[in-house]
Amino acid sequence: MTTFTIDDLARLLRECAGEEELNLRDDALELPFAAMGYDSVAMLEIAGRLRADYGVTLDYGEILPAETPRRLLELVNTSMAGDR
Amino acid sequence: MTATVVTGIGVIAPTGLGTERHWANTVAGRGAIGRVTAFDPGGYSSRLAGEVTGFRAGDHLPGRLLPQTDGLTRLSLVAAEWALRDAAMDPPALPEYGIGVVTASTAGGFEFGQRELEKLWSKGPQHVSAYQSFAWFYAVNTGQISIRHGLRGPNGVLVTDQAGGLDAVAQARRRVRDGTAAMVCGALDGSPCPWGWVARLATGQVSRAEDAARAYLPFDADAAGYVPGDGGALLVLESAAGARARGVHSWYGEVAGYATTFDPPPGSARPPALRRAIEDALADAGLAATDIDVVFADGAGVPERDRAEAAALRAVFGPRGVPVTVPKTMTGRLGAGGSALDLATALLALRHGVIPPTVNVARPVPGYDLDLVTRTRRQPLTAALVVARGHGGFNSAMVLRGGHGDTDRD
Amino acid sequence: MKRRVVVTGIGVVAPGGTGAKQFWDLISTGRTATRRITFFDPSPFRSQIAAECDFDPAAEGLSPQQIRRTDRAAQLAVVSTREGLVDSGLDLERLDPARTGVTVGTAVGCTMGLEEEYVTVSDGGRHWLVSEEYAVRHLFNYLVPSSLAAEVAWVVGAEGPVSVVSTGCTSGLDAVGHAVELIAEGAADVMVAGATDAPISPITVACFDAIRATTARNDEPATASRPFDRTRDGFVLGEGAAMFVLEDLEHARRRGASVYAEVAGFATRANAYHMTGLRPDGIEMAEAIRVSMERARVVAADIDYVNAHGSGTVQNDRHETAAFKRVLREQAYRTPVSSIKSMIGHSLGAIGSLEIAACALAMRYGIVPPTANLHEADPECDLDYVPVVPRERRVDTVLTVGSGFGGFQSAMLLARPDRRIA
Repeated sequence: MTTFTIDDLARLLRECAGEEELNLRDDALELPFAAMGYDSVAMLEIAGRLRADYGVTLDYGEILPAETPRRLLELVNTSMAGDR
Repeated sequence: MTATVVTGIGVIAPTGLGTERHWANTVAGRGAIGRVTAFDPGGYSSRLAGEVTGFRAGDHLPGRLLPQTDGLTRLSLVAAEWALRDAAMDPPALPEYGIGVVTASTAGGFEFGQRELEKLWSKGPQHVSAYQSFAWFYAVNTGQISIRHGLRGPNGVLVTDQAGGLDAVAQARRRVRDGTAAMVCGALDGSPCPWGWVARLATGQVSRAEDAARAYLPFDADAAGYVPGDGGALLVLESAAGARARGVHSWYGEVAGYATTFDPPPGSARPPALRRAIEDALADAGLAATDIDVVFADGAGVPERDRAEAAALRAVFGPRGVPVTVPKTMTGRLGAGGSALDLATALLALRHGVIPPTVNVARPVPGYDLDLVTRTRRQPLTAALVVARGHGGFNSAMVLRGGHGDTDRD
Repeated sequence: MKRRVVVTGIGVVAPGGTGAKQFWDLISTGRTATRRITFFDPSPFRSQIAAECDFDPAAEGLSPQQIRRTDRAAQLAVVSTREGLVDSGLDLERLDPARTGVTVGTAVGCTMGLEEEYVTVSDGGRHWLVSEEYAVRHLFNYLVPSSLAAEVAWVVGAEGPVSVVSTGCTSGLDAVGHAVELIAEGAADVMVAGATDAPISPITVACFDAIRATTARNDEPATASRPFDRTRDGFVLGEGAAMFVLEDLEHARRRGASVYAEVAGFATRANAYHMTGLRPDGIEMAEAIRVSMERARVVAADIDYVNAHGSGTVQNDRHETAAFKRVLREQAYRTPVSSIKSMIGHSLGAIGSLEIAACALAMRYGIVPPTANLHEADPECDLDYVPVVPRERRVDTVLTVGSGFGGFQSAMLLARPDRRIA
């Protein structure tokens, strides 16, 4: 696993927060998670899975509901690149 | 004191999704016990269960609720929605804090819990879900129902094993009597996972029969255990005056009487306390034994327990003194959901004047002196007694009075 | 006319000591019993602190078979029940079993026993299809925590209403409220009621880690529980039990019982908002408080002490501060408020009963336990939280509150039975 793709994120969100019809193309990449209905527990769950399954540790401060899917993709890929 | 009546019912059971399908299958004596499908039961000494089939959570609930809910919480949420709809109840239309929720549980969201335990012990603490903090504990169904429907009244959760369904409805009746406009109450219960399975098998009371028609035989000479299952029912309770005030003039029936007792410790010379629970429930209803038209028995399916229940019924009603039935022979024993489902079935029996059968019981023990209803029986019914017992000595009894509200002249 | 209900006996097993006296000695002097977890190696976990009880069931008189068949939560309940019964002076031989009941509160039941057995039957989490062969005979008693009430009922000889109330972190208040209701309505004359939880087990620590609800201040375990403090970062998981003898007031008077307090009012509401989150306005907790005060016929100026939920999470302490202000108005600023979770951690379902015990003892001894570790209050928490130092004060009327996952909000008023009732 060298990059974290939109499809990876979509799958993770579906498993953690249950969004089935997630269309992360277009504007949805720019929407804050909170605006899409992801609450703090869902964000913690996402953070937990990123750490457990991808080895990526993000401070909770970095994954607040104010973040967007695009920002999360950047953060994860930056972190993974930093591990190489 | 105005009567506390049942204005809505939501059922999800092995015998059907929804009240109508459950009732149709029940009246027809169509049993729903079969080989366990939730996991491979081949390695266990008991392999039969009453399972809810054909339920796809995604058809009924928003996707967002799925990762954070155990299967039984999903059933609870859907049954609550159906019960409220059946009652034609619109929560925002009621007073603030006007509706509360009381559910009962035996083991909480146990399947969810087994998955998280497995992740913890096979992979490590970081793999435990954030949802484990609330998806398994006993209060989860009350909490999630309350949130989904905005029900901010007095909520509760009781754990008394199979007696829980009755105890939750009794608690709801207290709330209605002291002024809460309405209560959603009852239980959907079950632990369809290997970890819950082996915990039940450890009692030695689960049937080892291979044939579904021979596995769960309460009051039968061949009784050799019970079959576990999942599901249950939720009821909407309100005062008769409150129902009328919002334009509802017919209902399923009245929660007329209730009592709960606890047996003396194992080995005590004192008598078991089930008889007193039944008598006290009758007294609470202001009824005599002769006023009861049908008894929905606990039906443990374990000989010593059957014998004790039969003795209590005989003592109260006299030999063959009242029709007795165990429709949970079609579903298995559903924990707290079982007694809640019995309440729903009993209310439907009162409404339709039909006693559903105890299936598969071919040789009732003569010495029990029970008028065991083994074939569907049609007769007018005005009052029913529902009995439930929990492991360890819990006994609860509830009297339901039929009646369609203002369509009766009483 | 509903009957009045009083507390005539108290039994406690808490972090810091077994017995009500040891419990009171700890909290009335502001000492803490939070420490690095010793029950298992905590190093793989984010929060490595707990408030553990130094409790040896054999030393407390439980027999080998009792110990074998009961989870720790049941053991704590049984031992505290025995103390409560002795403290009440009740002659068990003269109790009518049919008029005697039990209500035990618990949030997570037999969690330790279940996890321990899980590890065996799953062989360390290797098998989804866990082993029937390795399952212990009493495993069902761990599965269904009504067994906790059964064990207590056997000690008491109760054959009346017996149940477990399991409303998460308000279980300890709600179980006592339930028992009071049963006496008030005439279903029982004596109820043994309270709560127990023994949740200090890997699965519990891990799940609170996952939502960051517990403190990560692992280098300062003794001061990690900091309700209302600006530097608070979550609660300290605890364990314990408190059980009470509750009686109809007339029943207590007739036998000349010593009475700690009357349970004068109780109410519960739900925030119907989120399973773990709280809105900052505390509206539903305020409503529960308002109704309990109304039932007790008490006004804000009557309240001498508010025993807070005070779990030490950022959101809780602000939520309930808002609730107090909403319902007590200006009086909120004149009434001492404290959280004993600062000293004995948060034992989930048990803590509500431990807090009732603290309130009853505060009334008896005229001391308000402090909020330990409170050195600089959160600016949004600006009430008098009795920081660090216990306060002597005549305490006649106490409000205690609880808040829990699932949205439960409960409040209870304890008062002197001989007070003038408006």
